[in-house]
Amino acid sequence: MSKYPNLPATDAAALTRKDFATDQDVRWCPGCGDYSILAQVQRTLPTLGIPREDYVFISGIGCSSRFPYYMDTYGMHSIHGRAPAVASGVKALRPELNVWVITGDGDALSIGGNHLIHALRRNIGLKIILFNNRIYGLTKGQYSPTSEVGKRTKSTPMGSLDYPFNPISLMLGAEATFVARALDIDAKHLQEMVTRMAAHEGTAILEIYQNCNIFNDGAFAYLTDRQTRPQHELKLEHGKPLRFGPKNEKGIVLDRQMRPQVVEVEAVGEDALLVHDETNPTLSYLLSQLVHPDFPTPVGVFRSIERPSYDAMFTAQIEDAKKRKPGKTVQDLIEDAHVWTVE
Amino acid sequence: MAKAHEILDAVTIRFAGDSGDGMQLTGNQFTQTSALAGNDLATFPDFPAEIRAPAGSLAGVSGFQLNFSSHEVFTHGDTPDVLVAMNPAALKVNLEDLRPGGILIANIQAFGDKNLERAGYLENPLEDGSLSAYRVYPVDITTMTLNAIAGVGLNQRSAVRSKNFFALGLVYWLFNRDMQHTVAWIESHFRQRDPLVADANLQALNAGYNYGETAELFTHSYMVKKAPIAPGRYRNITGNDAMALGLVAAAELSGLELFLGSYPITPASDILHFLSKQKHLGVKTFQAEDEIAAVASAIGAAFAGGLAVTTTSGPGIALKGEAMGLAMMLELPLIVINVQRGGPSTGLPTKTEQSDLLQVLFGRNGECPLPVVAASGPGDCFDTAIEAARIAVRHMVPVVVLSDGYLANGAEPWRVPDMSTYAPIPVEFETNAEDFQPYRRDENLARPWAIPGTPGLEHRVGGLEKQDVTGNVSYDPANHEHMCRLRAAKVAKVADHIPPTAIFGPDEGDVLVLGWGGTFGAIRAAVDHAHAQGKAVSHVHLRHLNPFPNDLEAIMKRFRRVLVPELNLGQLAFVLRGRYLADLVSYTKLQGKPFREAELAQQIDALLEGER
Repeated sequence: MSKYPNLPATDAAALTRKDFATDQDVRWCPGCGDYSILAQVQRTLPTLGIPREDYVFISGIGCSSRFPYYMDTYGMHSIHGRAPAVASGVKALRPELNVWVITGDGDALSIGGNHLIHALRRNIGLKIILFNNRIYGLTKGQYSPTSEVGKRTKSTPMGSLDYPFNPISLMLGAEATFVARALDIDAKHLQEMVTRMAAHEGTAILEIYQNCNIFNDGAFAYLTDRQTRPQHELKLEHGKPLRFGPKNEKGIVLDRQMRPQVVEVEAVGEDALLVHDETNPTLSYLLSQLVHPDFPTPVGVFRSIERPSYDAMFTAQIEDAKKRKPGKTVQDLIEDAHVWTVE
Repeated sequence: MAKAHEILDAVTIRFAGDSGDGMQLTGNQFTQTSALAGNDLATFPDFPAEIRAPAGSLAGVSGFQLNFSSHEVFTHGDTPDVLVAMNPAALKVNLEDLRPGGILIANIQAFGDKNLERAGYLENPLEDGSLSAYRVYPVDITTMTLNAIAGVGLNQRSAVRSKNFFALGLVYWLFNRDMQHTVAWIESHFRQRDPLVADANLQALNAGYNYGETAELFTHSYMVKKAPIAPGRYRNITGNDAMALGLVAAAELSGLELFLGSYPITPASDILHFLSKQKHLGVKTFQAEDEIAAVASAIGAAFAGGLAVTTTSGPGIALKGEAMGLAMMLELPLIVINVQRGGPSTGLPTKTEQSDLLQVLFGRNGECPLPVVAASGPGDCFDTAIEAARIAVRHMVPVVVLSDGYLANGAEPWRVPDMSTYAPIPVEFETNAEDFQPYRRDENLARPWAIPGTPGLEHRVGGLEKQDVTGNVSYDPANHEHMCRLRAAKVAKVADHIPPTAIFGPDEGDVLVLGWGGTFGAIRAAVDHAHAQGKAVSHVHLRHLNPFPNDLEAIMKRFRRVLVPELNLGQLAFVLRGRYLADLVSYTKLQGKPFREAELAQQIDALLEGER
């Protein structure tokens, strides 16, 4: 009875980056970190073996949320904060579609905070890319829920008073099954993260540190400048010891109170270092709490666990119900009550 | 020897007790049985917002009113002929409605000092002579129930719960009812779950019936004969169930998958409950994290090609406003069902009102007209839901459906529809990639529905203003005005598909009573009454509130006066005046209760006599 057009799928193997670019002029500010993210997504999708017509990009409101206009896929630029909810409807109805959510720190963590945490806990198979530039860009420079305390902006001339979210900690607290972080400038790593998100069964979320060169330039400079990056970037690799530094000479250990400490690897030996495990919730949370400047900033996959997705279980319930009560019609349902005849 | 019985034309009975006393169940059983006996009927369940308010309190009184008759019934009845009061609070809250000379059955066991005090009685009204205007039957329902079921072996706390069945049995005797339906219901409902409770309820039911037969109290019983109901197959239906069935029917008629995104809210939740049980028909229900997510998920499902619905009540509609505007801008089919309740704010969650009309007509930013349809009775919710789906997919537009608490919970016998007589709802998804334009329009000004998964039709939609035809983002001033007018014209075009308006009564005359929504029964009864007195009064009940039927203005002009009764402060009247510069009389009530037939009849008479 399904009315969906049953047309042959296009050849996913023949897709290239160009197939994902639209004819619309990209209108982000010159130098914006969004350009790099768009490029990496457009580079990665053709490698995933998915027909272009099966991609859906849903966004909310904000600079990042213009993203779908530049992707030649199905797309919707929805309303502020609601993209995860819109995308959940797409995915619940059509689990076979590859549904991506594009959002920012204001859209996802402020006005849309409720939808974000529920999309994560529900594990409904969305791929969420959160552009975090720690500022409101499209409304021209107010502080955001990830701005640091004391930040002076148009709406906080004496410095902001609210404590920021730690987005990764929040995502973990919301029971997300895949949580990762990447940098806008690290093309290769970003592509790798997008690829891993796509392969994940449930909801996957990626926080990208993205530079807003107009309203918050250099927010992540310590992590993106060639000189300082090696001292501050901790690349997470499953099963590998936590090491960083220009010569990979530093590492992370736990003290007896389970507090992380930065050590010289030579002094303690590599065996003493914490070893990354994407399936260990305690470790994932601990890593999310490694915050600049006291600690290096972890990038990569904090958590990746297997848990049946909502959309898969949703479909299974429907199939199961159909098996239990096969061949029923609406007429049957209407008459599934005490029916009497008036002569 | 059986006592004699008196034939009555029609009876209105109200069961009232604590919200935990099972009054809704009792009322529903009496309703089913009366329907099976061939009466026409209408019901009005009236319960508090609190699940269990303090026992014996005025706030905790739950009522169920039923009007059953040997002729056609339009309302649940103005004034009960019989009141069953399970405690003093129930008496206090409901006595003012009981007609003088009416029967009052009171459970005297509950009229102890504590309960009297809780209800605010200084003296026991059963003993102080204050009820002399009524025929009072004091019955110790609780004690007799306990005695009757003593052998079953339930503890006292559980045993007391069977008292509503004693009351039901007594009323069954009073109206010469066959108890078979309720006996079967108890068996199927309780036997497996708890055989002791099944036995207790059966014995209480029988004890109540036998008490009526043997007690000296009642000299005779009553009988209401069959009503001349159109032949056919019938079932009882509430508005919420009919609405849900209508949605499933629309899905079948259109071949679309039904998707409901909803967040629980009184009095709309039963639609969510009903549809959640229909997974075997492929119905997908999604309980979202809030009202906004509920409508947003439905918009996602509409984009993906589903028959997308969201259900809510007034406060939820306020929250959904922005997303409804998005759906209008995206030009996607969406059904938004608002089961209205008393407002503003949290208002009266379990009471009925029609005060969201202006909100659904105008409550969005920008120029954002939407089609609005309203159901007029519990069974009519079925056809209204199908009509909403038809409009939504034919014009690619979100449609608002208005129901209300009275329709949602009220029940009536419903002639079982034959699905084979319903016209299919035609839907064509776009598949042709050649020169595809997402905002090109057909003769109904609808744009193509091109859903994800269709090769070559990849496109973007969004809340920013669209360029005509291409759907690209456009800030062009002339385009914006053009698009706003185009969207409005699309909604206005719905009127071309509305059938000629049905007029109950003469085509022209002295008074036209123009109503909408759940006031149908009261208006129809009042106008019917006027006809019987030879008055030139007619009734038009609007299903389409935006756009209005094309013939409405001409019809209004054929009557000397137009009376618009509404359960708000005159919202439809306001719109009609603005639209047609019409000189009409607005009659309103805002008490969380439906109109009474008598008050409308009085308004009609006042107009006829030139007093208004």
